[in-house]
Amino acid sequence: MFSGLMMNTWITASIVAVIAGMTGFFAVLRGQTFAAHAIPNGAFAGAAGASLLGINVIWGLLVFATGGALAIGALGGEGRDRRSRNDVVTALALVLMLGLGALFISLGSQYAEETYADLFGEVFGISQGEVLPIAGLGIVAAAAIAVAFRPLMLTSALPEVAEARGVSTRTADLYFLVVMALATSMTVPVVGALLMFSLMIGPAAAARSVTARPGTALALSVVIALATVWLSIALSYQTNWPLGFFVGTIGAAFYLVGQAARAVAPRRAAVPDRAIAG
Amino acid sequence: MPLLTLDGIGVRLGGRQVLSDVTFSLEKGDFTGIIGPNGAGKTTLLRVILGMTEASGGQVLVDGEPLHRKTLRNKNRAAIGYVPQKLVIDPDMPLRARDVVSLGLDGHRLGFGFPSKQRRELVDAALADVGADGYADARVGELSGGEQQRVLIAHALISRPKLLLLDEPLANLDLRSEQEIVTVLGKLAREHEISVLLSAHDMNPLLAVMDRIVYVANGHAASGPTDEVVTSEGLTKLYGHHVDVVRVHGRVLVVAGD
Amino acid sequence: MHYLFEPGLFSSGPVKTALLVGAVVAITSGVIGVFTVLRGQSFAGHSLADVATTGGSGAFLIGVNQFWGFLAAGVAAAAVMEGIGVQRRRGRDVATGVVLGAALGAAALFLYLGTLKTATTGASFTVLFGSIFVISPDTVPALIASGVVALLVVAVLARVLLLTSVSPDLARARGVNVRLVGIAYLAALAVSVSLAAVAIGAVLSTALLIGPSATALRITKTPARAMAVSALAGLVATWLGIVLAYDSYYWPPHGRGWPVSFFVVALVLIGYLLSYVRPRTRRAPRSPHEGVECSPA
Repeated sequence: MFSGLMMNTWITASIVAVIAGMTGFFAVLRGQTFAAHAIPNGAFAGAAGASLLGINVIWGLLVFATGGALAIGALGGEGRDRRSRNDVVTALALVLMLGLGALFISLGSQYAEETYADLFGEVFGISQGEVLPIAGLGIVAAAAIAVAFRPLMLTSALPEVAEARGVSTRTADLYFLVVMALATSMTVPVVGALLMFSLMIGPAAAARSVTARPGTALALSVVIALATVWLSIALSYQTNWPLGFFVGTIGAAFYLVGQAARAVAPRRAAVPDRAIAG
Repeated sequence: MPLLTLDGIGVRLGGRQVLSDVTFSLEKGDFTGIIGPNGAGKTTLLRVILGMTEASGGQVLVDGEPLHRKTLRNKNRAAIGYVPQKLVIDPDMPLRARDVVSLGLDGHRLGFGFPSKQRRELVDAALADVGADGYADARVGELSGGEQQRVLIAHALISRPKLLLLDEPLANLDLRSEQEIVTVLGKLAREHEISVLLSAHDMNPLLAVMDRIVYVANGHAASGPTDEVVTSEGLTKLYGHHVDVVRVHGRVLVVAGD
Repeated sequence: MHYLFEPGLFSSGPVKTALLVGAVVAITSGVIGVFTVLRGQSFAGHSLADVATTGGSGAFLIGVNQFWGFLAAGVAAAAVMEGIGVQRRRGRDVATGVVLGAALGAAALFLYLGTLKTATTGASFTVLFGSIFVISPDTVPALIASGVVALLVVAVLARVLLLTSVSPDLARARGVNVRLVGIAYLAALAVSVSLAAVAIGAVLSTALLIGPSATALRITKTPARAMAVSALAGLVATWLGIVLAYDSYYWPPHGRGWPVSFFVVALVLIGYLLSYVRPRTRRAPRSPHEGVECSPA
């Protein structure tokens, strides 16, 4: 399982997990789980389109994912209420992306296995040449998140204060969506468009149930994502069952454990406010 | 030299003259309430001061210096601590009270912000000033309305502002929390010499601590000591239709007459 | 005109079946979709579709017609959703998403195992993207029957459904069993989603569910008219999609054909965007819940 060829798999999957964990943490924090659904679908269409045109898949992924991200950002309104605006258009556009993907697939010479891989993931047999671009994108995405950590936290929890301080929530939104597009371009070939969501959201949701410290929650998201991916690779290798199945199931399991921990842990008892001498 | 002066401020929004000729000023350590019915333009006024909304007429002076919207924003970043009405959170959000306060120091700067002893001390001090040190490590989503409000005030306080600007801090609070917040704010104004400017639709909780009132109604404002501004004649003139001011057991009621 | 109707269109057996099934799908989805959008349950519809994928894959694995798989999974999921009820919106989105992820993971597994067992490829494609041209004629009666039953249920419940959608409390006060109505509605929704899944695939079925109805709600003034317009819009999109898909065999690349699902989805989206062209002078009736998830109960 740890042969030379498999090392590429382990490395790639680990990078993907780290990025998914980091991106997922903010996606859940900002309530942008819908975008986490929509952008991978765009990526899927992009991958199929690139395959049809015979160009490197990564370009298709990047272009469509970024385009989708910018479109979502542009369609959304100001503030946290953006989801109630234009729910229908985003849902339809999301579905259209999949439809386009279907079109490109049937026009091209992709076999059923490739369709399957784009949707449900295919991590084995990654060549050396493919590892580098993914690593590169990974570093860029990670750096982008690290650099914007504080403004992202501020615009998530205190958008009005951010505006007053001159930090544009709109810019933060777009920035984060583009980072998500970047992350998606990396992860979709590995975990598949339909299951990318599980890897981003499951670990992040589990982490935040367990700890209230933002830095710790971020780190824990990454750790859980790594654990999910490693476990999935090992199990997939042994049983030959698709990786996506394990990612979806294990991601859900971690989430449930997090929920259970939260239910069991004693809620904060009401602490009497210290009386302030008037 | 007044800390903040609004001189003849008018605001036009969506083709409508929302505010006209609003004039008042604040000194250091003043406690001022912007009072008025919902929709009167209180929040608009706050946004003009914050430099987030353009005034169509008049000027804003900070320390005597007239400022344009852009420069207002830059200058204000240091001088004004803004306290929004509430946090946008859900109970599971991984953010403790002290994390929110910590964002007040440098949340607008890029990067991570490494924990340091100095940072921790500043955060602890701010929390203590508002009486929130008892739940510094609690998840912010689990705090009550009053507790969250204190955390928000501490967040604004930590950057040592000259003016604390609060947008409807008492809305959505129960009576007891209302009183406690007013007490906290009063103490900050008196003991730390921070000016407090807040908006509210009910002036009664603030009567004991307010130095002056800016009453906003019908697109206009009248400012001065509460007893001088809040009179039947004065408010009738402001509202443009007959209004009675009734004082009962130290409470003030503004009632529409006919 | 003869560019649109390529030779052999009307005499082709599969096309006739497709047109018939397509009509049932479009009308069912169009009508039920109106309630879905009014109740702000587009996300629920989408979730049901994803779970249906699992059912379809499972059916493929055990060698049963995919429609039954879609249906079984859809109805089961509907019952569970009704049972769980409503939670905090954001928490529920995450929870639903995670469960969907697991469901799709299971679908991946079933498809894989099924492919091993039957040594056929291409099952992924039909489960996910529809198989309207390869529907076996013996299933057609079952499909039509399901659609008719779902429509009947909705027709009988129409007024009550509207009431509970707009104000569950008011309905309860009037003695309506809101929970039962909710379940019946979700079951009808599951049927509708399953039918759409057969036609254009589980993953894309949301388009037929919310597209035409959202369009109709924008341009009509009453729910009744909205249902009629929605069914009509869905019908046009589906039939035109079928015709274009048939024609596309003659388009480049020759002999391949573009998928029906693509055309249908594209047409639905175009229809929706067109509804923005004519500025509305008066707002169509909108539930206060539109765009905001509310309890099915």
